[in-house]
Amino acid sequence: MAQGHAVKRYSGLMDWLTTVDHKKIGILYLIAGGFFFLVGGLEALLIRIQLWKPLNDFVSADTYNELITMHGTTMIFLAAMPMLFALMNAVVPLQIGARDVAFPFVNALGFWTFFFGAVLLNVSWFTSTGAPAAGWTAYAPLSGPAFSTGHGMDYYVLGLQIAGIGTLIGGINFLVTIINMRAPGMTFMRMPLFTWTSFITSALILFAFPALAVGLAALMFDRVFDANFFDPNNGGNAVLWEHIFWIFGHPEVYILILPAFGVISEVISTFSRKRLFGYSSMVFATILIGFLGFMVWAHHMFTTGLGPVANALFSIATMLIAVPTGIKIFNWIFTMWGGSIKFTSANLYAVGFIPTFVMGGVTGVMLAAAPADFQYHDTYFVVAHFHYVIVGGLILGIFSGLHYWWPKMFGRILNETLGKWTFWIFYIGFHLTFFIQHFLGLLGMPRRIWTYLDGLGFNEMNLISTIGAIMMGIGTIMFILNVVITNAKPQNAADDPWEDGRTLEWTIPSPPPEYNFKQTPLVRGYDAYWKEKMDGHKGMTPAEPIGSIHMPSPSILPFTMSLGLFITGFGLMYSRDWTFITEHIGFYVAGLGLLITFGSMFLRSVYDDHGFHIEPEELEDKGVKA
Amino acid sequence: MNRWQFFKRLAPLLALMVLVLSACGRADLSALNPQGPVAQEQFGLMKLAFSIMVGVVVIVFALCLFVIIRFRRRRGDKSIPKQVEGSHKLEIIWTVIPIILLIILGVPTVQTVFNLSKDHSNDPDAVKVIVTSHQYWWEFEYPELGIKTAQELVIPKGKTITIEAKTADVLHSFWVPSLAGKIDTNPGGSTNKMFFSAPKEGVYLGKCAELCGPSHGLMDFKVKSVDDASFDRWAAALQAPVAMPSDPVVAAAFESKCLVCHAVGDKGGPLYPNLTGIGSRDSVGGILINTDDPKYSNEGSTYDNLHRWIENPDDIKPGNLMGQIDLTQQELDGIAKYLSELTLDYEQ
Ligand code: HEC
Ligand SMILES: [Cu+2]
Repeated sequence: MAQGHAVKRYSGLMDWLTTVDHKKIGILYLIAGGFFFLVGGLEALLIRIQLWKPLNDFVSADTYNELITMHGTTMIFLAAMPMLFALMNAVVPLQIGARDVAFPFVNALGFWTFFFGAVLLNVSWFTSTGAPAAGWTAYAPLSGPAFSTGHGMDYYVLGLQIAGIGTLIGGINFLVTIINMRAPGMTFMRMPLFTWTSFITSALILFAFPALAVGLAALMFDRVFDANFFDPNNGGNAVLWEHIFWIFGHPEVYILILPAFGVISEVISTFSRKRLFGYSSMVFATILIGFLGFMVWAHHMFTTGLGPVANALFSIATMLIAVPTGIKIFNWIFTMWGGSIKFTSANLYAVGFIPTFVMGGVTGVMLAAAPADFQYHDTYFVVAHFHYVIVGGLILGIFSGLHYWWPKMFGRILNETLGKWTFWIFYIGFHLTFFIQHFLGLLGMPRRIWTYLDGLGFNEMNLISTIGAIMMGIGTIMFILNVVITNAKPQNAADDPWEDGRTLEWTIPSPPPEYNFKQTPLVRGYDAYWKEKMDGHKGMTPAEPIGSIHMPSPSILPFTMSLGLFITGFGLMYSRDWTFITEHIGFYVAGLGLLITFGSMFLRSVYDDHGFHIEPEELEDKGVKA
Repeated sequence: MNRWQFFKRLAPLLALMVLVLSACGRADLSALNPQGPVAQEQFGLMKLAFSIMVGVVVIVFALCLFVIIRFRRRRGDKSIPKQVEGSHKLEIIWTVIPIILLIILGVPTVQTVFNLSKDHSNDPDAVKVIVTSHQYWWEFEYPELGIKTAQELVIPKGKTITIEAKTADVLHSFWVPSLAGKIDTNPGGSTNKMFFSAPKEGVYLGKCAELCGPSHGLMDFKVKSVDDASFDRWAAALQAPVAMPSDPVVAAAFESKCLVCHAVGDKGGPLYPNLTGIGSRDSVGGILINTDDPKYSNEGSTYDNLHRWIENPDDIKPGNLMGQIDLTQQELDGIAKYLSELTLDYEQ
């Protein structure tokens, strides 16, 4: 046997802790992201219950601020990002005809750092000083040590820092994967749009997340080591935080939405049985949006007092983004035009996405007009706007993608009837919740308020909004029910379960074997699989003979490295408080954590692991199923 | 559906929207019901943007609806539609039209940006006000008149008011929706400028629009526009000496327990809300509305509201910096009564 050395194969829990298989990591991302989506959703429901009537005291003012802070932070960083990474992991390597990502080990590391950061952040709920409460934007000086005295903000700073490392690592990995691992013939301009958008998103992550890392590090120094980057009383500058946060934060919006654009492009094209209309302009629009995304951060700061020149420039730059976005919307509509549209639940979400996202987009242009934004800013109008974009855009996109690729990920098609009901309940609930909030804002209701006075004319609209939120909650529960029911069914999805598949992932079994492609396919055009179908071929032409396949070995090190960071975070936070054995015991704990992390890295460096090979004879019995 | 029918169905919807937009919200609170030139100009821009956007939304919705009805797959349809790569003509159309729309919106936007950033602070007719935000109250200083007040910004109607906004602690944002959009109050000695005016007499509601702590949502204030003569009387009355409570027990308590923080007339400290004339303000703490005909739980007579506030401020604004003050029942009643009678007679 040509096998380098015996492979350790784990099973059960150990298998999941040590896996470096992108498909399994995708599932891990989905489980973790889904869990935090539920947590964030629960927080949202508590917020809406508090606001259902005026002068309510269902939760206290302090708890309320913790809820809004954690809701925003959780949904963006711990739910939306990982669920996108779930789809990217599950789909991108398959779409480009690769056997895995470029750095499988790093891929696992990215997941585990995200996971431990997320857990660290949420541990704050169980501490005596509670969760962070300075808003997900953590504006200084409110987020600084003088005004946020408990440990809540420490959890925010350190939790996000650790989770952010995971995201950055993941982004780099996907960049390299997409550049280097494409099958023969898969040129850039033949890549499916989901791969394209994942590519641009990864590039945005590469440039945006370091800004967040720097900001969080500076805030950590302020909080843990008495620095004063953001403390104006000691020569710091609070507005600096706003800039840093939004230089990261605005691209983050596009990091989130671009993959959703990709999902919608795939789903609409597949279920219209039509090639994506204007593919090259779609690619171009994606790149342009990504580029402009870095030019507009100060539109979150029109009221900060940057002066008329800055405000005018950022107004115009922001408005420009509407152009490439408009191109996308019309391309989707014209993809459907003349097609044969099948309304599966995946496609319902995708089609429902279009008008919803347009509404979020137009309010975005309205917000871009700085003088008008003086009125909209920090009101429920903004809350409505970004929920239209994030829930109406991103979350509908994720749901669409999950329904679409579920059979590829798990070998089972989600129940369609239940899926359609879920869509309608969630969709109607969504519009009920957020449409009315535009008007609340215009009528004078600021955002992030714990309660509102009676007699201001806000009561009915808030009640309607709360009812909508409950419907969204019911929709989410129905989705989980669907997952549970589907999981009990036999694993019998066909390779191309929707029968209209156009891209490479539909040419291999559902779920794919751990090496994905027995033979790397030869790509002969855009919509590679569709092209073969139209030319009357059964499958792809292989680009190589059947041979032995090299696989990376599983490893526990990504888990331990991340665990070390988790322990470090803990230690740093309590460096002042823990004095039971000696002063500054927290620093020793932090040191121990770093020792674990660097120790694991050392092991990784000195211990050569060349992976293992799967031999042709093993492939015959379909190999090992993932 | 022919075109005419389509519009006929759309008409009531549009009418509804116009209705919603034109008569919207309280005149003293809504950005859609502007009561001064600044808010008016902002509203104009909002209307322009809104009409363009409604146009866009209607076109996209109509296209969408048409497409999903016309091109839905019939049962058992196995046909393969024509695979279209794209269309340069169409793509140019939907690139150029949005650009034109953006120019239509962009030009007035830039104009308004510069219009509203004019510096009126050298205008001799303008009234200068330094706004300082605190967790969770507002301080208004009139440097030219040498007076300071809190929670209620009294202004002469029609005059331009120039604001210099800053904060004593964290970020807040100064916002009077029916008169003007908001401006942040930044820490560290940097001040932000804005201006507005209120041509009509009346009380306008103001709010803090930047998360500033637990009671951020309760950080309301009022802008009260009065005629010139009343304004002058108010400014003069604010500087007049104020008598202490007549009951010596109450007076002693007031001086030792309240004046350490608050000021009335020429007595007391300047760090916390100035209470001079509190009896004739519209509210206590910005949110307990003074009225003889209370309808809601945050309304009551001036005396009741003061009593409620002094008895337990934290209950009304969680986390505010007044904290619980130890008072006997007699002191509490007496101080509330004294403050409710601490009025400024300036409106006629
Ligand atoms: C530690 C300083 C402090 C002391 C002592 C104090 N206050 Fe206050 N007071 C404040 C602060 C701060 C506020 C503003 C609270 C807010 O709105 O967030 C306030 C607000 C008020 C208000 C509402 C002001 C307005 O403009 O609506 C009244 C009335 C008041 N205090 C009365 C009293 C009385 C009476 C006493 C004495 C029994 C007293 N205060 C003692 C700090 C103090
Ligand atoms: Cu405030």
